Amino acid sequence: MTLSRIAPYLQATPLTAILAAFLVLPIATIVMVSFWDYDSIQIFPAFVFTNYEETITSPVTWSIYLNTLKYTVIVWAVTLVIGFWVAYYLAFHIRSATAQMVLFLVCTVPFLTSNIIRMISWIPFLGRNGLLNQSLMQMGLIDQPLEFLLFSDFAVVLAMVHLYTLFMVTPIFNTLMRIDRALIEAARDAGANAFQILTNVIIPLAKPGIAIGSIFVVTLVMGDFITVRFMSGGQSASVGLMMANQIALLQYPAAAANAVILLILVLLLVGGILRIVNIRKEL
Amino acid sequence: MSQKTTDRTGAAGANKAAGKQAKGLSRRSVLKGAAALGGLAAGSGAVTGFPTIWAQNPITLRQFGTGVSNLNAIAEKCKADLGITLQMTALDSDAVSQRVVTQANSFDVADIEYWICKKVFPAGTLQPMDVKKIKFYDQIVPIFTTGKLTPESKIAQGTAPNTVSFVEGADSKKFSPTPTQWMTLIPTIYNADTLGIRPDLVGRPIKNWKDILDPAFKGKTSILNIPSIGIMDAAMICESAGIAKYADKGNMTKAEIDTTIDFLIKTKKAGQFRAFWKTFDESVNLMASGEVVIQSMWSPAVAAVRSKGIPCVYQPLEEGYRAWGGGLGLAKHLKGAQLDAAYEYINWYLSGWVGAYLNRQGYYSAVLSTAEKYMTPDEWAFWMLGQPAKTDILSPEGKVMYTAGAVRDGGSFQDRMGAVACWNSVMDEDRYMVRRWNEFIAA
Repeated sequence: MTLSRIAPYLQATPLTAILAAFLVLPIATIVMVSFWDYDSIQIFPAFVFTNYEETITSPVTWSIYLNTLKYTVIVWAVTLVIGFWVAYYLAFHIRSATAQMVLFLVCTVPFLTSNIIRMISWIPFLGRNGLLNQSLMQMGLIDQPLEFLLFSDFAVVLAMVHLYTLFMVTPIFNTLMRIDRALIEAARDAGANAFQILTNVIIPLAKPGIAIGSIFVVTLVMGDFITVRFMSGGQSASVGLMMANQIALLQYPAAAANAVILLILVLLLVGGILRIVNIRKEL
Repeated sequence: MSQKTTDRTGAAGANKAAGKQAKGLSRRSVLKGAAALGGLAAGSGAVTGFPTIWAQNPITLRQFGTGVSNLNAIAEKCKADLGITLQMTALDSDAVSQRVVTQANSFDVADIEYWICKKVFPAGTLQPMDVKKIKFYDQIVPIFTTGKLTPESKIAQGTAPNTVSFVEGADSKKFSPTPTQWMTLIPTIYNADTLGIRPDLVGRPIKNWKDILDPAFKGKTSILNIPSIGIMDAAMICESAGIAKYADKGNMTKAEIDTTIDFLIKTKKAGQFRAFWKTFDESVNLMASGEVVIQSMWSPAVAAVRSKGIPCVYQPLEEGYRAWGGGLGLAKHLKGAQLDAAYEYINWYLSGWVGAYLNRQGYYSAVLSTAEKYMTPDEWAFWMLGQPAKTDILSPEGKVMYTAGAVRDGGSFQDRMGAVACWNSVMDEDRYMVRRWNEFIAA
């Protein structure tokens, strides 16, 4: 009797232990350090709010957070459109299951390389004397190299879309595959045209996949620092980059405070997404 | 200078990997170089007279420091000459400062920069060295002792090495403005930095730091995004352009920081900069690809661009150079045989082989007279006297760096080190400066 009562706890123990050691403990440490004080070489235990004060009251922080949110919204919107499109094509236009799997695997091929490599390879392509500019000039379409292509917001968004679209494709493809084809036939029999089927049947049923993909993309973009640094050539900042700078200067408490604020913001965003869409249906 | 080799935003793992790779490379190249140098050393018959007791009583010294002078070649040569095993760890300057202060027992010898010394020596984890035990003390370049390269030269702004080279006594943590018997760091490596240019693309002579602001170079310039050094380059530019006049560029007031950063933000918004770089390879790529034509640069980066067959000049400028330097400091806990070994290591370091090795990379060494003996007259004339090379100039790894007839940018040692306008430094308003710098990058 007692064993059967203890059993579920025992079953949950490994996961609890792992989460406690690798999730709860580090976050607790970050929260703790965010209240510590520091000088140029060391940090010391204290309970001060200056890290939060300096972070929240600085207009720089606000502009960096806004900038990060801007990237998030744009990247999310673009990856959503592309991701849905690709998933829709794979799910509804490719008839054979084998072809579907093969094409899906093709989508993942670029991910066999490191994401830094995938990102950096854009640099020679987009540069002033890069492939794209040279081709356009040789075709006579432009006489001056297009400067906005590299070290700009455009480059950052492009690289992020490239890096993160698959995170949108996968969950959406998964939900689309689960849609009962009979529903679509029923809709067609009831006189709906293709667009109406898409908006009234497919998209509502794909919402959980869209939500999961959105969570991936939003968290990835909000926390990104290396893409922003390389693709903007240091011209723009993101929250992650701000933290990286602070860490490099040994200002760990300031970085920790930033991390806590970012964590709260991301949790709010994810919470918002979860309120709109019930992803449990999917899991 | 540590900043030169490591990406500050990158993970520590990446740094470590890079370090390993560099070690691997240099080990191979050392073998190659050793053959050449062996002949040289045998010819000059110099590497003698060191006691070999360390071979019987093995001593290990743990040295860490920035990547520039933490060279495996030096460790191997040290082992061969002295029998002392050097365990080298390459870190970036921030990690070095932190470790010196917080993990005093984790090292025996610290290879740090002078501005770091200013930050960390007062923490009391290093011990000053008795100059009477330093064999070549009298021959150390006076920049590090009196601060004056020649009796008439002026001491540059910033953390000039001589200001933090000495403390008042054996147990003192207080810097002495004049030489005493107790030296904090024995200089190892130093150099003068300036702007790099693409002579084929700038299309006009570059003479001043303010030339980076020329509207003709709009969107084709870059400065480095490492606050403590970037602000100095920015200050050189502002002063040259008449935007500001600094009492001490290396220790700005809040108002001076504001003026400098506000100007940078204005310039950035006007689209003058193409990018801001953080790592050595970024600066090389920006220059080599033609994305920028004039930018802050470090001398090995210029050599790297040139080695791709792309013209690149380390342009001397009228206002002078921004200099940096590093040295070896001893951990407080060293005593007895280990302390003796550390002194012996330092004496060996100054005795010429290392100096020649560093000079041949385009840096400068602390005791020039001993290094000269380990360099060919042609090498010496090229690197130190600024004369045209008579034969191809090789790097310590045996790669051709300059072909015959080339002249070193900036000329002789006297011309370059004599024209230092400021030294890398740490400001009292460091925290404020970094905050404003972040603002500039975010703007």
